[in-house]
Amino acid sequence: MASGEFEGQTGVPNALAHDLNALPAYTQRVDQTSASGGAGIYAAWQSVASGASDLTLLVGGEKMTHKTTGEATDVIASLTHPVEYKHGVTLPSFAGLTARKYLDEYDAPRESLGKVAVKNHRNGTDNPHAQFRKEVDLETVLESPVVADPLRLYDFCPITDGSAGLVFCPESVAQEYTDDYVVVSGVGGATDTHVVHEREDPTTMGGVVESSNVAYEMADRGPEDVDVAELHDMFTILEFLQSEDLGFFEKGEGWKAVEEGVTDRDGDLPINTSGGLKSKGHPLGASGVAQAYEIYQQLLGDAGARQVDATVGLACNVGGFGNCVTTTILEQP
Amino acid sequence: MTDDAPSFDAHRCENGHVTYPGHTRCPDCGAEQTETVDLSDRTGTVVTWTTSTATPPGVREPNHLAIVEFTVDGESVRALGQLTTADGVDIGDDVEPVYAAELREPGAGIREPDSQAWDGFRFEPA
Ligand SMILES: [Zn+2]
Repeated sequence: MASGEFEGQTGVPNALAHDLNALPAYTQRVDQTSASGGAGIYAAWQSVASGASDLTLLVGGEKMTHKTTGEATDVIASLTHPVEYKHGVTLPSFAGLTARKYLDEYDAPRESLGKVAVKNHRNGTDNPHAQFRKEVDLETVLESPVVADPLRLYDFCPITDGSAGLVFCPESVAQEYTDDYVVVSGVGGATDTHVVHEREDPTTMGGVVESSNVAYEMADRGPEDVDVAELHDMFTILEFLQSEDLGFFEKGEGWKAVEEGVTDRDGDLPINTSGGLKSKGHPLGASGVAQAYEIYQQLLGDAGARQVDATVGLACNVGGFGNCVTTTILEQP
Repeated sequence: MTDDAPSFDAHRCENGHVTYPGHTRCPDCGAEQTETVDLSDRTGTVVTWTTSTATPPGVREPNHLAIVEFTVDGESVRALGQLTTADGVDIGDDVEPVYAAELREPGAGIREPDSQAWDGFRFEPA
């Protein structure tokens, strides 16, 4: 979760344990801004892998919609460095700055960003948990109001209330309860500069590169082994950056994959079958958990109309503007 | 400029790496940053820019922003800042720092007004 700024309520894990009749189970909150869900996966995995716990419940959640858009944007922007915050920078404006650089550097058409939104909205129509279950066409995206030039309204995820939960335990314990489980084969986290303008290449997210390297190595997998991925498309441009920094595509080529349908549900590497943050919504603390839940459903064959053929899935959760990132690889047992 | 004009301080370590803002340790080499370099009289180049129309409480709307690169003795240093105007601005253009006493209204947003400075430099197309 965020640190209580949205509601002025802290100590939420304590309340949850009490309400769930889970006392005296130990609780803790994991705060990693937009990547709190992924960081929670990392923490829950660590609790089990270390032997400290044989059953850990991870719950991600956020309530945001009671704030105005400006207020919610400012709560999120409060993670920025003072020398950037004083200029009125917001996360959407970082996205605008990065998108302009990306389009210029790699000669990518503006339409390619719009196609990310069209694809993810289409996927979201089949997700009963999505905030928007409504298709949008490219023209609507490209003519929507400017939010952070060159990005427009439909390049951005909405403000959302939501939650998601996962249970972590050793595989032997899981087998006592069910046949339907997936294995966390790799998980990694990494941090990038606090000051976003200090990054050498504004179109590369170092935290995505580093966290995925750790996760791939742990899982003994590479990007070519991934069958389905949930990426942090808080802004359409982020889907390009992550799909490249995770090694799925060469730097500067991610936009072509979207143009060619590679990342469609029936493509070679479906990305954001859930609808992504773009359509599913982005309740900060819940998003990383909900990403893994989508991969879980895909691996178990429970994704209904969204189902793709997958034995290995990956979820990438981005906090700040790539300031802190976790990558998780999930596999069928 | 007069001697008491506000400076736009980048920070340099003994190995010549320059950063804005300063850090406890140089992000490149880990050495202490021992001197400052004033960027206020220099010309920078626009790395990228945007116009933000959905701005938080106390921030001008629209808010034109750019990431600008300066070169100090062959070392690159970048700063993000407001643009005085976005008219005709593009990647690669030259801009010059212009001091502003208040870049956004302190206290209108979530951050504690006393916790940081609110003045700084905007960028004006050269
Ligand atoms: Zn240094």
